[in-house]
Amino acid sequence: MNDTMKQNEQKNMPGCEMLVMSTSPHVHEGSSISKIMMQVVLCLLPVIAASIWHFRFHAVLVIFYCSAFCLIFEQLWDMALHQKSTLKDGSALVTGLILALNLPPTAPWWLCMTGCFFAIIIVKQLFGGLGQNPFNPAAAARAALLAGFSGPMMTWTMRAPAMLPPTVQKAAADFVTSATKHAAAADFQTGATPLGLAKLASGSESVMDALSTSEMYWRYFIGNTGGSLGETCALAILIGGLGLMFLRLIKWQVPLGMLGSIALFTGIVHAFAPELTPGPVFHILSGGVMIGAFFMATDMVTSPMTGWGSLFFGIMIGMLTCIIRIWGGYPEGVSFSILFMNALVPLIDRIFRPHPFGWTSTRAAGVQMRRGEIK
Amino acid sequence: MSFFKELTKGLWKENPVLVLVLGMCPTLATSSDAIKGFSMGLATTFVLAGSNLVISLIRKIVPDKIRIPCYIVVIATFVTVVKLLLQAYFPSIFHALGLFLPLIVVNCIVLGRAEAFASKHGLISSVADGIGMGLGFTCVLGTLGCIREFLASGTIFSIHMQLWDTGFSIMKQAPGGFILLGLVLGGMNLLNMRKAKKNGGKYTPPADFDCRHCSICKISDEQ
Repeated sequence: MNDTMKQNEQKNMPGCEMLVMSTSPHVHEGSSISKIMMQVVLCLLPVIAASIWHFRFHAVLVIFYCSAFCLIFEQLWDMALHQKSTLKDGSALVTGLILALNLPPTAPWWLCMTGCFFAIIIVKQLFGGLGQNPFNPAAAARAALLAGFSGPMMTWTMRAPAMLPPTVQKAAADFVTSATKHAAAADFQTGATPLGLAKLASGSESVMDALSTSEMYWRYFIGNTGGSLGETCALAILIGGLGLMFLRLIKWQVPLGMLGSIALFTGIVHAFAPELTPGPVFHILSGGVMIGAFFMATDMVTSPMTGWGSLFFGIMIGMLTCIIRIWGGYPEGVSFSILFMNALVPLIDRIFRPHPFGWTSTRAAGVQMRRGEIK
Repeated sequence: MSFFKELTKGLWKENPVLVLVLGMCPTLATSSDAIKGFSMGLATTFVLAGSNLVISLIRKIVPDKIRIPCYIVVIATFVTVVKLLLQAYFPSIFHALGLFLPLIVVNCIVLGRAEAFASKHGLISSVADGIGMGLGFTCVLGTLGCIREFLASGTIFSIHMQLWDTGFSIMKQAPGGFILLGLVLGGMNLLNMRKAKKNGGKYTPPADFDCRHCSICKISDEQ
């Protein structure tokens, strides 16, 4: 084939110039697992900083416990298998950090240990180690802890200024016991999270209205509210998440699909039944939606490979989250819906498989299936 | 065939739960605490021994074509006996087991042993097989029950071990049962691998095992 023919063919095939593939040797672009994981840790730093700012020594302790236990379990597993240590690839550290950011501030050491054991040994290593796990380790560990230790996992401690303001407490007096009278005395106190209150007070429009004022939105945005360590401060997560996107470590379709479908779904439900649930801004800013959308659903191992697949994956996670939040038994459903959709990722990859140039479906081409033949 | 060999094969070599992987439904459902696990196991042992005895007695009279309904009737008889006995003498266990007691009728282990063993062997070895299989089932259920109860509420046979109060309550629910059963099955394979290697042989996993992603065999490598 001469050069002109080649050029002609390239002109006829759209996008062909992107597919030029030369023979070896190839230049390695220089990325490695440890480098990627270090970049993820870098992007987690704003979230960690925000959690330490909002929860002080509680956050430091929980983050220290979780990263230490994850590294210890990873090392123990490598020792049991007589294989080269995989500590240096940094994936255990990332799992530990994300798990810590998903735990309540007062999580005791044994809760962190159980969670790390579950994440590293049962969810990751028993399925074959990094890259083979079908479920996100941090989300699975959080779900297991939530189902197993509902007491300590549902105790929300926060600094006094992060407590629900008197206006909300007044509106919600039937549902939560007021803690304002201790406000001056104690530095840290336990109280309801906005999401928990929205679940408890389902059916009361005044509470929903009190939860979704612009003053409350600002609190959710900067993280001045109760919740898990890393999930409260939407601003920090946004900074880290945009960093991840900028470094091309995550697909933008997952967060977009997830946040978009949550906004749309809760917007519709709120428009028809304002007493059932607060509006879309509340749902996006509160709870684990932000950290789930940017750091957990986008996990390279457990998210779909194609762009359209990722969009579908994100949209479905958002829908499931809303369904669990509004009609389910738990106030928060991000980790459950991420796990549910993780299980479907192989199917999504099959449906959204990219087609080679010139491909037609067998049905469109008029090919009759033989009886009993599996497509 | 030695009586003793038939009796002991159910405990380890042909364990109904861990090797034959039968009777998963009662295994997962009734092993949430030790008492339930043991009583379910013993009830099934009684049914197994009785049905194996009767079926091996009638094995030459029953026409081949309708043997399964006949076996089911025999098994159902013994299940009714054990159900009425428990209801009369141990009402608390009867209520704890609930629906799973009558469901012994459809337990694959019972029908499986009737079909695979008692319909082909004599009286004595059939009874030994039934008791052995039942005891193997009881051991697995009891062990799972003890571990699950201990992890979930810090007690064993409802005796508090004074180690922790806040238990990992997921172990009492179905997911915990699945996870623990998976770990126990893995542990059993590990022991068999070790044994095979010690005897100089090489352990080959069953043909339908997917070994592409898993490196767990490396645990048994001794260096």
